[in-house]
Amino acid sequence: MTTTASIRAPDLGRPNRLRLAWLLLVLGLLGICCALSVAIGARDVGLADILAAFNGLADTIEQAAVTKRIPRTVLAAIAGAALGLSGAVMQGVTRNPLADPGILGINMGAALAVVVGLAWFGLAAAQAYIWTAIFGAAVTAVFVFVIGSLGRGGATPLKLALAGTATSIALASFITAVILPRNDIAEGARSWQIGGVGGATFDTIIQILPFLAAGFLLCLLSARKLNSLALGDELAAGLGERVMLARATASFGAVILAGATTAICGPIAFVGLLVPHVCRLLVGVDHRWLLPFSALGGAILLLASDVIGRIIARPGELDVGIVTAFVGAPIFIWIVQRYRGRDL
Amino acid sequence: MPVTETDILAVGAIRRRQATRRRIVLAILAILVLAAFATTLMAGKSFVPPLEVIQILLGADMGGANFTVGTLRLPRAVLSVVAGLSFGLGGAAFQTLLRNPLASPDIIGISSSASAAAVFAIVVLSLDGAGVAFFAVTASLVVAGFIFVLSFRRSGFGARLILTGIGVAAICQSIIYYVLSRAPVWDAAEALRWLTGSVNGAAWGQIGPAALVLVIAGSVLLSRARALENLRLGEDTAAALGERVNLSRVLIIMAAVALIAFATAAAGPVAFVAFLSGPIATRLVGHYGSALIPSALTGALLVLVADFAGQYLLGARFPVGVVTGALGAPYLIYLIVVSNRAEKT
Repeated sequence: MTTTASIRAPDLGRPNRLRLAWLLLVLGLLGICCALSVAIGARDVGLADILAAFNGLADTIEQAAVTKRIPRTVLAAIAGAALGLSGAVMQGVTRNPLADPGILGINMGAALAVVVGLAWFGLAAAQAYIWTAIFGAAVTAVFVFVIGSLGRGGATPLKLALAGTATSIALASFITAVILPRNDIAEGARSWQIGGVGGATFDTIIQILPFLAAGFLLCLLSARKLNSLALGDELAAGLGERVMLARATASFGAVILAGATTAICGPIAFVGLLVPHVCRLLVGVDHRWLLPFSALGGAILLLASDVIGRIIARPGELDVGIVTAFVGAPIFIWIVQRYRGRDL
Repeated sequence: MPVTETDILAVGAIRRRQATRRRIVLAILAILVLAAFATTLMAGKSFVPPLEVIQILLGADMGGANFTVGTLRLPRAVLSVVAGLSFGLGGAAFQTLLRNPLASPDIIGISSSASAAAVFAIVVLSLDGAGVAFFAVTASLVVAGFIFVLSFRRSGFGARLILTGIGVAAICQSIIYYVLSRAPVWDAAEALRWLTGSVNGAAWGQIGPAALVLVIAGSVLLSRARALENLRLGEDTAAALGERVNLSRVLIIMAAVALIAFATAAAGPVAFVAFLSGPIATRLVGHYGSALIPSALTGALLVLVADFAGQYLLGARFPVGVVTGALGAPYLIYLIVVSNRAEKT
């Protein structure tokens, strides 16, 4: 799909004016979602309380609630951006429309690594969490790609998705097996099976920022390389691209983003799957546009899902990972529907 | 090359050897299931000698052992067997009918849909026993129909079926989480039952409907065993052999879905039992005769052994689904690797 489109249209899709219009719209949507995320929750708050909370007051319960929602909103936005971007890069690197850090089991790998670290190696510092998670994500990514690309036709969507699903189920079983006997960490068992942004604090956000920044940089810098890769390995090599190096750096960036996000939020699936597909409809297949849009789109999706999760399960709340799966899985099925049999 | 008499004799000899092997393996499997069943009744935190177990089963009053064996272990063992047989049968029926080991009900989302429906019926509709089971079977028939309709195209049925099923399974999982989070308290044990399957706290009220359906739908499936074998040769061949292809297909799918749904309503979607039983059974028996009965026995054995291991051998107490999930996933990966090499997927 990507290949034919980019050969047919030299400008890789859409006129820039249209893209700028979309950019403004998406930024506006992002602002609205942030506002909603601060304003809506289990407890109703007034505008005065929100403003007071932004000024650092936490005198009333309402203001305290808003004070807790601010870091949550920030985390949802950056985590969503990281996952959206990570998914877009993975789809680009593998030229596979079903690639997503959740579906490929990469987030679960990160979660298992953290859980093992917690249970057996007494992991405590947030920095150690993040390194462990990135390590787990990287190992899982390599594993799933190797399994999925064996045999003829390389990594077809079916093989990759199956390898990812199988790995996810195994990893989820291992996570349960590690956590179940340990009463001291069993409390957190749920948060390592389904991702959420509920427990966000500015401390944890600051801890992952350098990692995310590195990941964003690696991914965004490889946009042009991904455009070449979309033409196929031979053509990309003919254009002077060092194919393996380009793949490796872009994947590394995507894995850092997925791993670091999972270290803080737990495994969240389908954001990275769904957002790039929608963004491709908006701005076309040029990765220089697609990647930033996927980041913005991911932020919007995760913020909106988080708000929905707070509304539909009142007085409790639903972890954002559940909402994204519910929204994302139908899109997954839709993408599968659009493909012809031999391309699966 | 003309077929000579020696060829015919050679084929006959191979067939006889296969038939003997099948009989022997079936007998061994049956004995193993019985042995595992007996072990589940006897062993545990306290050991009850076999003679005492038999006396208790016959109704004698042996004091504390009565509670351990009669109330705790017996329903658990029976549920393990019923669920294992159902998953094994249902899984093998799907795999044979769709001619793809990956097209098992737990991978294409049918088990998860039964589980989601069951947990919805329990938490939201406050049903129990047979009501839950009927709700589960209705929902999973609808979901199965949905998945099949979405997957029917001119090409790529198998791949599309599996991928659509993965998506459906994800939706069902989030429904399960959602419903459980609406319950007054988050009960981790309950959650695990509906997410990965467990025979903890088995009660006769749950077992009854599942056992009944095992008998009914199981006989339907077994009566269609030959049709299933013929369908495996391809639609045209089956029709040429006098099979009413569509009728058989519909009957087989309905029976298999009913088996899976009722077993799931009782024990949860015990991870990968439906998926593993068929291929393991075929490996043991060889490609001779119907895979249904060997798969059913393998399923029962898997659930019994995995549950026993989960309870007593692994240090902590794990529900059976965690054990089978950890066992089954590597096999799934192995299957992907092998089928990639054989270039069939």
